[in-house]
Amino acid sequence: MTGRAPTGVAVLHRAAPVVLGLVLLVAWQLAVVVGDVPAFLLPSPTAIVGELVDLWPTISSASLSSGRNALVGLLVGAVVGIGAAVLAATVRVVDALLGPLVAGLAVVPIVALAPVLYTMYGAASEVGRQLVVAITVVVPVFVTTLRGLRQVRPVHRDLMRALGATRRQATAAVTVPTAMPFVFTGLRLASSLAVISAIVAEYFGGPRSGIGSFITTAAAGSNYARAWAFVLGGVVVGLVFYGATLALERWGSRGGQP
Amino acid sequence: MSAVAVEATGVGRTFPGRSGTSVTALEGVDLTVAAGEFVSLIGPSGCGKSTLLRLVADLDRPTSGTLTVFGRSPEQARLAHDYGIAFQQAGLLPWRTVRANIELPLSMHGVGRTARRRRASDLLALVGLTDFAEHFPDQLSGGMQQRVAIARALAEEPSLLLMDEPFGALDEMTRERLQTELVRICAETRAAVVFVTHSIPEAVFLSDRVVVMSARPGRIRDVVDVSLGRGTDRDDDLRQDAAYFDAVTRVRAALHDEAGHAVRARGAEVR
Repeated sequence: MTGRAPTGVAVLHRAAPVVLGLVLLVAWQLAVVVGDVPAFLLPSPTAIVGELVDLWPTISSASLSSGRNALVGLLVGAVVGIGAAVLAATVRVVDALLGPLVAGLAVVPIVALAPVLYTMYGAASEVGRQLVVAITVVVPVFVTTLRGLRQVRPVHRDLMRALGATRRQATAAVTVPTAMPFVFTGLRLASSLAVISAIVAEYFGGPRSGIGSFITTAAAGSNYARAWAFVLGGVVVGLVFYGATLALERWGSRGGQP
Repeated sequence: MSAVAVEATGVGRTFPGRSGTSVTALEGVDLTVAAGEFVSLIGPSGCGKSTLLRLVADLDRPTSGTLTVFGRSPEQARLAHDYGIAFQQAGLLPWRTVRANIELPLSMHGVGRTARRRRASDLLALVGLTDFAEHFPDQLSGGMQQRVAIARALAEEPSLLLMDEPFGALDEMTRERLQTELVRICAETRAAVVFVTHSIPEAVFLSDRVVVMSARPGRIRDVVDVSLGRGTDRDDDLRQDAAYFDAVTRVRAALHDEAGHAVRARGAEVR
């Protein structure tokens, strides 16, 4: 940005996506009304917003519930993934052991495990969902962190040796700062997956608390506008997670410098 | 402290190659670097000059011969922080400021905050970067980054400075300016220097002695005594001096003796 006051072009750049979105919404509304599209095929935007307003307390509490599961799973998965990557980077045997395991984990349809976990932890427990999220998160966090830990430049490795740095000193001075941007990228990728898997896991049963549960109920009751209103709640949760981890990544890639 | 900085006797290094063959990077190297002496290693690519420097720095181990640094093994010397080192790539930590980069060796070896700051300020003045103390490396030019790397190498007042083509990636003008600065810095610190380069003028301008090496296997071919005087005697006027040109000619002759063989051999093939 050149000047403090945004120029006309800059305003246009900012406004363009918003305008496009509004045009699409109006077109959608017109298509539904003029074309007389039945609600089960495509509800109109106004109908969806109407449901959103009417059901706001339920939608917000469902969003919080799904968001909480996603957050718990994300944190647990991140801790496990980062810890495993540190182990694998330090101990060669662990790397050889974990490599195939993670590859296997990556191809398991983890969300499909949800019914099994519900039976294990009881139908009223959120633990199963949080576990589903955690397992989904572990893979990208592990892979990117391990990659980051291996990015130390040869000249930095030589420097650490020349300085007679202990292993701990070299880790703190070079290995961790080098890996940080990779870890944050892994977390950003994992955060979207976390929200998606938290919501999808709810489709398979468990307590009726989150976005996914209400979407299935609304859809089963042929209340499509309501289902869409809940989807909108899920989108908001996803955006919050993505935005938060993106901010974290931007901060981290500057080496913690403000 | 011993009067000899580096003593190499019959030093060799072979690397295991593919399918049982081995590559001899260095063979039968005898070299003595006196305390406070500036010695350059020059030679074609693959002559083992960087390998020799890495052996002195204990970044690699010789496969034959003995090597001592101030009378101790290279490993002891490294762990006692006897030497400072600068690489061809500045190798600064991009997430640390210039000042924090210079302080890195000191903070690693438990020097207190105030002593660290004072030393870093002195070094910043020495390399002329006082105004850039709080900048990050990627905000500096290549020449400035290299000056930071030299300041970092000097942080613990080492009595030996190891430099692996530190000006290799710089343009000619920056190079000459940094060479003049290095001569001044060495006069002030009185450290012995082992300097790897493939530039003849650079080697002659900086050194007391120039060690000319040949490739495959890496051997010392000749040692040219330059003796153009120390410290402040060497300024940019020296680059116009007859003695300087004479030394350049002698180093070139020593180098090209080998190159001449190569040219003749190639010529024979053509015919």
